[in-house]
Amino acid sequence: MPRVRFVQQDGSEKSLEVGREVSVMLAAVRNGVPGIDGECGGCLDCATCHVYVDEEQTSSLPQPSEEELELLSAVSGERRPNSRLSCQLKVLAPLDELVVHVPARQS
Amino acid sequence: MTGLVIIGASYAGVQAALTARDAGYSQPITIVCDEEWLPYQRPPLSKDFLLGRISEQNLILRDETFFEGKQINLVLGQRATLLDLRARQVTLAGDNALKFEKLLIATGSRARRIAVEGADFDGIFYLRSVTDAIELKARLADAAEIVIVGGGFIGLEVAASAAKLGKKVTVVEASSRLLERAVSPVLSTFLLDTHLRAGVDVMLNETVTSFKGNDRKVSAVVLGNGASVRADLVLMGIGGVANDEIARSAGLRCTNGIVVDEHGQSETSDILAAGDCANHFNRFCESWVRLESVQNAQDQAKAAGLAIAGAPAPYESVPRFWSDQYDVKLQIVGLAGQYDRQAVRGSVDDGRFSVFYYRRGRLVAVDSINRPGEQMAARRLIAAGISPAPEQAADASFDLKSLVTAADKAGA
Repeated sequence: MPRVRFVQQDGSEKSLEVGREVSVMLAAVRNGVPGIDGECGGCLDCATCHVYVDEEQTSSLPQPSEEELELLSAVSGERRPNSRLSCQLKVLAPLDELVVHVPARQS
Repeated sequence: MTGLVIIGASYAGVQAALTARDAGYSQPITIVCDEEWLPYQRPPLSKDFLLGRISEQNLILRDETFFEGKQINLVLGQRATLLDLRARQVTLAGDNALKFEKLLIATGSRARRIAVEGADFDGIFYLRSVTDAIELKARLADAAEIVIVGGGFIGLEVAASAAKLGKKVTVVEASSRLLERAVSPVLSTFLLDTHLRAGVDVMLNETVTSFKGNDRKVSAVVLGNGASVRADLVLMGIGGVANDEIARSAGLRCTNGIVVDEHGQSETSDILAAGDCANHFNRFCESWVRLESVQNAQDQAKAAGLAIAGAPAPYESVPRFWSDQYDVKLQIVGLAGQYDRQAVRGSVDDGRFSVFYYRRGRLVAVDSINRPGEQMAARRLIAAGISPAPEQAADASFDLKSLVTAADKAGA
């Protein structure tokens, strides 16, 4: 099964098995990964699941939609080129492990 | 059993347990819940779930592995019936009892019921739980004429879902406009037009006086003006009531919910409450409020969890709400309440705009329609206490984010 590795600000990590159909946000919430709230359940309303995707992996993922970009434009954590909303991310083939960094704050 | 007992396993109950544990609370944690389901996501119930876009399985928010990993004991299908503050004990249906050192009440809210003739007929639904949603979805499949009573969030979302499923839908609302308690007239009119365009019939200033039925199955809704509207399915969305009875009968102070401070602490030590069942003073709203939202449930529960773990940090979030109807994304930050000035930014005709609300010169709330970027900026403005001039807010070429960035720099 593919995996997602969550890296916290203090460097601590948690790696989880995630089905390819489950979003990174839902995997984080179901496993209690700190710093990812996912209030709206993935309907692009809340922007509380912001992550930084490993820079070398960004091109392996589908590009963000216009709506996702709009939400990212004013997230409370620092916006970076590799900022994504994890509710929009799935671990797509051929990636075996997606690495995401959790920002300092969500809201 | 000792340690922490939590009544209710929805957003607030589970979040408080998780936060307390992560903040170092090492005593046993037990969550009891009257529902049989693992904690699940509620917002999709009126939307994607009814439309068949999300399965029951994907509604699950936390699974067994989560509770095992966090050493949280989850007891499902058991209703807490009695709270004894002196004995520090919760009695469950079936007479089991749980002793506690600390207690968090996260019993949520329930749908307000209508009490008119025929209210108990088959085919009249309320939507709160996943069980309600499963039954509603099954019955919607065979229904043709739907009447929604109440033009609030749940009513309008179900109206949009039913219209998308090709049903004939009528919304009956007692006040003069839709979402009256949540948004301004500009938004109400926009939403009314949206629903009318989708073929939904909307009756404003109308109340329901009774239901007609055949064989105790609903067949029509009778209105205050004497007219009746045919219905083979009725969805009641007339508001929520705090589940605060167990707290009230134990002697805790309740005023439209359990009265708590900024740490979710009630007036009795070690007894806390969070989420839909709690009433707190919100400094952004400048009033006591009982909020029914995921954001409030989670953020208030975090504060309660931290207090339980002995690492208190106050609940200080600006309230946030959202609703998706058709292709309309409505996002709200703050509570407009008694606003004295508003500014509209963007184009109402194009369905992309935000309304900024001011009270005594201070920006207190912003509603956005299909403007998620503006909404995000507005959240940060309100949280930071920054008020753009109404003229700036109304000027689409003025960069709102520049105010946020300037404040960030000043603060750094």
